[in-house]
Amino acid sequence: MIALLRRDLAIAVRAGGGFGLGLAFFLVVVVLVPFGVGPDTATLTRIAPGILWIGALLACLLSLDRLFALDFEDGSLDLLATAPIPLEAVVGVKAVAHWLTTGLPLTLMAPVLGVMLNLPGQGFVWLVISLALGTPALSVIGAFGAALTVGLRRGGLLLSLLVLPLYVPTLIFGAEAARRGAEGMAVNTPLALMAGISFACCALMPFAAAAALRVNLR
Amino acid sequence: MQDDPAALKYSRMKSLWEYANPKKFMQVSGAMLPWAAGLSALCLVVGLIWGFFFTPDDYRQGSTVKIIYLHVPAALMAINAWLMMLVTSLIWLVRRHHVSALAARAAAPVGLVMTVIALVTGAIWGQPMWGTWWAWDPRLTSFLILALFYLGYMALWEAVENADTAADLTSVLCLVGSVFALLSRYAVLFWNQGLHQGASLSLDKEENVADVFYHPLLVSIAGFVLLFFALVLLRTRTEIRKRRLQALMNRERMG
Amino acid sequence: MIPDLGKYAAEVASAYAVSLVMIAGLVWFSLRQSAKVRAELRRIEAKREQKNG
Repeated sequence: MIALLRRDLAIAVRAGGGFGLGLAFFLVVVVLVPFGVGPDTATLTRIAPGILWIGALLACLLSLDRLFALDFEDGSLDLLATAPIPLEAVVGVKAVAHWLTTGLPLTLMAPVLGVMLNLPGQGFVWLVISLALGTPALSVIGAFGAALTVGLRRGGLLLSLLVLPLYVPTLIFGAEAARRGAEGMAVNTPLALMAGISFACCALMPFAAAAALRVNLR
Repeated sequence: MQDDPAALKYSRMKSLWEYANPKKFMQVSGAMLPWAAGLSALCLVVGLIWGFFFTPDDYRQGSTVKIIYLHVPAALMAINAWLMMLVTSLIWLVRRHHVSALAARAAAPVGLVMTVIALVTGAIWGQPMWGTWWAWDPRLTSFLILALFYLGYMALWEAVENADTAADLTSVLCLVGSVFALLSRYAVLFWNQGLHQGASLSLDKEENVADVFYHPLLVSIAGFVLLFFALVLLRTRTEIRKRRLQALMNRERMG
Repeated sequence: MIPDLGKYAAEVASAYAVSLVMIAGLVWFSLRQSAKVRAELRRIEAKREQKNG
């Protein structure tokens, strides 16, 4: 499993897949927002947590369609399915690799972009915490969507349509926690709810994703 | 042997599952379809005409209260259609009855149209009542999310070529989607406490709507339920025929 | 016959119109699809009958 993780990470970094691209996309989205809503700093301060969350979510979505597609095409997914480790674990490892190459860098980069959006000082720590807790959920839910669409020729667009509604609860609680943090209010409730969703997703979604993968490999 | 309760139960079970046989289903649904369609048309006409022409105006909401005869039944069916898809998806996953999977596929567009009707009538109602076409009210927002789930589900059916694979994948999506739809419902509630009045059909007498409005509403709900039933029968029959057509064409190409 | 809908006439009427049009569209679409598939199936089955005997 460690070997699989290392291999996936190597592929992600070497092939220039999600790694740099997701971060660049995040940057571009955040840079574009002030052009859309105007340069007024008060407005930007107010919407900064939401923008950063949506930007992170979209950047996360960007690299999902490659999660299983490469392995599916060259047949190594078939090998993995018959390997001694269960398919659920394979999905889990791939989701972890996806998180390490997109979710984690996005989380680390968010404060930098927060400065550009004039995020208040007290908001930074909650923004990072909410993203750190929320992005794993985005990765595993995305892994489920990727598993559903892996055999399809034009799966990318369908993947977004399937995955984005599933992101709603995570986004609501995550952005709410970041917003309350920025406004200096108590963040316990949304943060706890989001952490709950995140852990539940990490625990259960690999099973759903593995079920979908088995169907697609049949 | 016939009196053995287990055997009796088994034979009864078997008789229920016989309807999952496509041939049997075609027979029964063919016989039922005209009745369901006729009854639903009758209930809809009676309920909607009663509601539109012969109900008084509400003292607070004026004549907009008449929209309830479309809004509430459509919203009810939008949710029940998804529940029905959930049940048929489970039956497909557990017992592999093709009719079940096809019924879920047939129900999705009907459910989507019901969701859209509920949204549109809600928006039209909201305009004079709340002073805005669209408010990010929890229930409205949940329905919007439900519509997105319907869209995704239908798109997945269309995209996958192999019929059994499509049935499996959409069933899994339906299960996971149900959990997330429920989660979203509560998340949205947390996110914005709404403008909506409490449930208008709850058993709680305090909040219940008055009888003058209630009776035609029941008729039109019955009409919507029957309409849904008739449409799902019709569409499932179409799906079964489509499947048979595909099988025949494949055989022709082979031989 | 037309009831007095007061100042909300436009809203109520348009709600009914939109909903009825959508339901009618759904029913029409379902019926048309059903007729199309049924005709196609009949055609193919007739062809098979001919070929087989």
